[in-house]
This record gives sequence, C-alpha cells and structure tokens, in this order.
Amino acid sequence: MTLQIFWFCLIAVLWSGYFVLEGFDFGVGMLLPFVPRGSKERGVLLESIGPVWDGNEVWLVVAAGGTFAAFPAWYGAMFSGFYLLLLLILVFLIVRAVSFEWWNKSESPRWRSFWLGANVAASFGAPFLWGLALADLLYGVPLGSDGDFTGSIGDLFSAYAVFAGIAVVCLFALHGATFLTLRTTGELHERTSRVARMLALPAAAVVAAFAVWTVAVATDRNDKGVFPPVLPAALAIVALLLAAVLVRRGTTGRAFVATALGAVLTVATLFTSLYPRVMVSSPDFGNSLTVSNAASSHYALVAITVVALILTPLVLLYQGWTYYVLRARLAGEEVVSPAEALVPPSSGSPAG
Amino acid sequence: MWADVGILGSTVVDLARIQFATTSLYHFLFVPLTLGLAPLVATMQTIWRRTGNEAWLRLTHFFGTLLLINFVVGVATGLVQEFQFGMNWSVYSTYVGNVFGAPLAIEGLAAFFLEATFLGLWIFGWNRLSPRIHLATIWLVALGTWISAFFILVANSWMQHPVGYKITNGRAELTSVWHLVSSPFALWAFVHAILAGLTAASVVVLGVSCWHLARGRNQDLFIRAAKLALVVALPVSAANLWVGSHFGIYTTETQPMKIAATEAQWSTCQPCGFSLFQIGGFTQSDQTPSFSIQIPKLLSYLATGSLNGKVVGLNDEQKNEQRQFGRGNYIPPVEAAYWSMRVMAGLGTLVFLVAAVGAFLYWRKRLERARWYFWAAVWTIPLPFIAALAGWVLTEVGRQPWIVYGLLRTSDANSPSVSATWLGISLGTFALLYAALTVTDIVLLRRYADPDRPVPTEAAPSAVSY
Repeated sequence: MTLQIFWFCLIAVLWSGYFVLEGFDFGVGMLLPFVPRGSKERGVLLESIGPVWDGNEVWLVVAAGGTFAAFPAWYGAMFSGFYLLLLLILVFLIVRAVSFEWWNKSESPRWRSFWLGANVAASFGAPFLWGLALADLLYGVPLGSDGDFTGSIGDLFSAYAVFAGIAVVCLFALHGATFLTLRTTGELHERTSRVARMLALPAAAVVAAFAVWTVAVATDRNDKGVFPPVLPAALAIVALLLAAVLVRRGTTGRAFVATALGAVLTVATLFTSLYPRVMVSSPDFGNSLTVSNAASSHYALVAITVVALILTPLVLLYQGWTYYVLRARLAGEEVVSPAEALVPPSSGSPAG
Repeated sequence: MWADVGILGSTVVDLARIQFATTSLYHFLFVPLTLGLAPLVATMQTIWRRTGNEAWLRLTHFFGTLLLINFVVGVATGLVQEFQFGMNWSVYSTYVGNVFGAPLAIEGLAAFFLEATFLGLWIFGWNRLSPRIHLATIWLVALGTWISAFFILVANSWMQHPVGYKITNGRAELTSVWHLVSSPFALWAFVHAILAGLTAASVVVLGVSCWHLARGRNQDLFIRAAKLALVVALPVSAANLWVGSHFGIYTTETQPMKIAATEAQWSTCQPCGFSLFQIGGFTQSDQTPSFSIQIPKLLSYLATGSLNGKVVGLNDEQKNEQRQFGRGNYIPPVEAAYWSMRVMAGLGTLVFLVAAVGAFLYWRKRLERARWYFWAAVWTIPLPFIAALAGWVLTEVGRQPWIVYGLLRTSDANSPSVSATWLGISLGTFALLYAALTVTDIVLLRRYADPDRPVPTEAAPSAVSY
C-alpha cells in the first residue's frame, strides 16, 4: 500500500516536473507571435528553449511510462478512453518537436512562418488538451465494471474540464513570460516584461478560479472533504497572486520561482483532489479506478522504486546543471544565433 | 480458430494492428541511424580532439547535422509508441503492465533523460563548455541511445519469450527482474540491433562520403570519413551475419513455430534443405511449392547449428500448440515471414560484400580512384534500413497469433473502448502526418548531405545550426 502511495506521489511529481519545465517552453511558444519583432528576436526566443525542450518533454514520457509500470489499469483505461484527445496531443507534440529542428533549415520565409506557426498552434493546443485530460480524471467519465471507458467523446468536454484546459494555457503563458524576462536583456527584456505584467493578473485569476473549482469538484464528485485539497489550492492561489505582484515589481527571478510554484501546486491540487482514486467513474462511482485496484504487484513496484530512487536524483542533478550551463541571458540586439552558438571556442587548437 | 471474434471485432483488431505496424516500422526507420550515428559522430569529434586536425571537426559538424535532423523524428515518433500501448492495446497493457511497464519506465528514466538533456547541451554547448566536457556530452548521448535500445528490447523480448513472471488473477506479474533483463533472447536482440544500427550508420557515412567523392567535392575531407566508415562497416556487418544466424538457432529453441514459418517448412525434416526461393507452398492447403531452389542441409545448419539437425515442421508444431493451448490456428502468416527473412539476410549479406570490397580497395590503396565504387556505395544507403525493417516484420509477424507468446492472443488484446471509427481517424492521421514527415525529412537530409552545398569551415559552421 505504501508503495502504491509512493508511486501515486511520484507520478504527481513527474507531472509537476512536466508542468514546471515544459510549461515554460510551451509558454514561450505561445508568446512567439506577440513578443519578438523580426526573425532575429524570434530566433532568440527559440534559442532560449531550444536546448531544453526535449529534456523537458521527457518528464511527460516518464510520467506515462511510470503510470504504465505502476498502475497498468489506469494507463490502459486513460489512454484508450481519451483516445482522440491523445491522438491530437501526439500530433501537436510531433509537429512541435520537428518545428524546433526544421524551422531554420531553409531561408524561405514561407517555410519559416509555417513551422513557427505550427509551433505556436501546438504550444497552445497541447497544454489545453492536457488540462482537459487531467481534469477529466477527477470530474469523472463513464467507466465499465472492468475499468474500461464506456462513454463518448462528448463526455470529455464538461465545462469544468474545458475551463481546466484554459487555466493550464493561462498558467503556462504566464510561466513562459516570467521565464523569458529571466533569460533576455535589453529592449527585448523590456517588451517581455510588459507582456508579463499584462498577463499576470488575469492569468493568476483564471488559475485561482480553477483551483477553487477543483476543490468543489473533489467534494462534489469524488467523495472528498474540503480538507486536504483546499490546502494546495490555497497555496497555489497565494503563489500566483505573489507572482502577479512580483512580475509588476519587475523582480524577475522571484517571479519565475512563484509561477513555477504555481504550476507545481496546481498539479498538487489536482492529485490531492483525486487521491485515493486515479480515475473517477461517473455516473457509476463504484467503478472508479483507485491506487490499489489499478496498481501493479508488490514485487514490480519494489523493482521500479529502487530504480527510481537511484535515477531520479541523478536526472535532477544533470538537468539542473544544464540550466546552470545555459544560464546566460540572451539579448535581442547582439543575437547569438543558433548557428553562431556552434562555433567551437578555439577551433584552431583543441586545447586542453 | 478465432471463432469468438466477430466481423466487427476483427476489423478493429486489424486496424489496430495495421496502425501499430505502420507507426513502429516508421519509428524504426530512424532508430538504427541514431543508434549508429551518435557513436560515429562522437568518434569523429574524439579524433579531432586527439589529432587537432580541422577536417574531423568539419566532419563532426557535417554528420552531426544529419544526426540531429534524424534524431528529432525518432524522438517525436517514439512518443507515439509510448502512448500507443495504452491507446490501442489496453487489455494487453493491463495484462502485462506489471512486467512490460517496468523496462519502459526504466528506459525513460535511464535513457531518454540522458540523451535528450545531453543532446541539447552538445548542440548549444560548443562555446559554453570546456572541450573535454563538450566531447563527453556526445558520448553520453550515444550511451543514452544504447541504454534505450536495451530496455525496449528487453520489453519486446518478453513478448517473444516470456520469462521471470507468474500468472496471478488473470494477469502477468513480475517475479524476477534479473531473469527479465538477462533473458538470452533480449541479449541476442540487443546485440543484433546495435550491430544493425552501426551497420546502417556506417553505410550512410560511407555512401554520403562517396557521393561527395564521386562529384569531386571536398575530397580530402570525405576520403577520411569514407575510410572511417569502412573500418566500422566491415567488422560490424560481418559480425551481424554471425549474430543473426545464432539468434536464429536460439529462436528455434524458444519459438520453433516462428522458424518453421520463416522457412515455409510444413513437414518435419532431418536433414533439411534451405529454400532460397520458391513459388507457392505458403498456405495450409498448398504446402508444396510449384518451384523452388534448395540448398541441401543448409536449413538444418542455420536452425540448429548442425548439418544433420532436425527441424519440426509447421504441421507438427500446430499439433503441439493445440495440445498445449487448445483448439485454434497457431500458424503465423508464412509468406510474410518467409520473404522478410530472405530480404533481411540477403541485404545484410550484400551490405557486407559492399563493405568488404571497399575495405579491399582501401587496403590496396585504390579507394581514391575507384569511381565505380563510389556510386555503388551511394546506392547501398537504403539497404541496411530495408534489412532492419524486414527483420522487425519477421520478428513480429512470426510471433502471431500471439501478442505475448503462449500467454495472450493479439485478437484478445486490443482496447474495447476504441471503435473502428476512432481507429480510422487515427490511422488516417498518422498516415498523412508520417508521409509528410518522411518527405520533408528526406528532402532535408538530402539537402544537407548534398555535395554541391558548401561544407562548413570553422569560420561558418552553418551545417550544424540547431
């Protein structure tokens, strides 16, 4: 039982990592049409996330893989039940992945605007659909007695779930903006800060409303008390309001930490509301999947726990180090274009 | 046989199978090149660091670009694989997740983080990391791709030859991680796949280099790359012929039905001749080919390692499996298994011969002037990829009708909640998307490999622009 709870928490941690990390790179993608002026600045925006988006996306892959290994029935029911949502998410993520590598592989303006446009669309689309899918786990979808999805596509689009999608888009947009204010200098930094200030309050308000609604759904549809879900929800609201204040003050580092906390606490609110269920069934509440009836056997959980305990700190260490290496701010005017970034330091003599 | 599957049911299963086959094969078009090209590019960068010779830095940039263009499609299409087990095979996922999910989760933690994080650092770290650490990043990428291959092959091998599990409450439960990861099937498959990747990548490096040499472009540069490619291609392609044939002998022990189908061997024989080519003889009602070319005793040798070995035929295997698993048809699609094996082995041998001729020319110091050989090498490029895909067709088709050999049938494993309509939508979407990606990828790879495109000098390394 403890291992089942451990894995439920670990999957929440993996989703939090995904929200914090890919959250800002989705956000930067959303801001592509609004912040940069000219292709040089667009290049700067893409360079700010170019080295890290792929590593960020692995958090999602591992969240999915971890769900498969620790809660096979949850993985099977969710991925087959949300089939068309996941298909669309895959299309978005595939198009976005290749757009990062391909957009500057031709000089043609049409080619470039096509791939940038695709990146923007995917940066809006994928977070919206993830918000929708995660909210559906809590709001409940029709499940049969064997845990299989028995509903139709319409069952996935409740008002709450759609609002969750919008809230995740708002959260990531603000998070991306605070990330950019941290990574840019000069005129580009000024413009980024202006966009962040504009976004801060409305985005914080939408996410706060979502947190409140989530607690209401948890009590109403998942047989939960107001406590404990209200705890992470309240903290999420505090973090986001704090972020709004910090963004307006222009303290960039703290503002980014605040939006990152907001992302973590949003996931925490959802998962706290969900526990001990992993996928709520509605209308037949009794068919819900729980951390115990969806879990793998004890031995399998022990095996993957050992591996996770060894590898997760290692991953955090080297991913953290990557961000440290790439910490330099990027300026709009003296562009370090991706191509130039590849000039080896002392190409004549391989010193050392 | 398959009696409980209605017409609609079989349509859904068939569509799910077509989708899985298409997306997996497509994914595997990109994987071998990544598996092989990552260590080759790392080798080039290492040679540059050791010798200080500019040429190797330029080659690192040049082939690094091809690696990146290719890598991203592998990553993007790999995501589909990670989701698709649950999306299309939820019964399978619930049944095997306990065992099969573990290597998949470990693959993500151990390999995907490593390759994705350090590839980003390699691309953007040229002037931000010390040269030694920067060199380490590309080797870590290569290591990540190999770890990934290992765990996914552990997962796949468990479907071929389940070990380290027990059946409890109608599902498979893991009982031994050690048996899972040390399964001889997985180890054979891993070595076979890594060698196939190195073969594919060295053939690409050889072919692209020879393309430049044939056009008389950047000769001093690409003759070095061609020689490096030959030094790699000759031993790995030779070793893979040996590994492949021994993997075959091991498969005869674990999946005799697969080998019998691969050889279209209906009746048990001792000694058995190897059918090189045949017309007809692929179905239960037509078991004797109307025309065939046989090599005496060779099948006995290939399947058992002895010239006088006994190979149990399909008819006897069918009886064996019926005794074991009850009524049903346990014979995989024979014709597909037969031809995919011959395509794989034939092309594998051809690639080895091309590498051997090249190595001979290199040894006799005639490579620089062998224009006819340059073109032969260019046309060899697609062969290892076709061979690798044929190998997967053989592995997966030969396992049918099982999705997990002896435990779960493919026809019982799909997602009950996914309708034929949904599958039609997803199959159409993937087909269109993947076709567009293929065309774009090939156009880009060709453009960046083109001899008429200026190769980056250290002043303008435009080749690797991220």
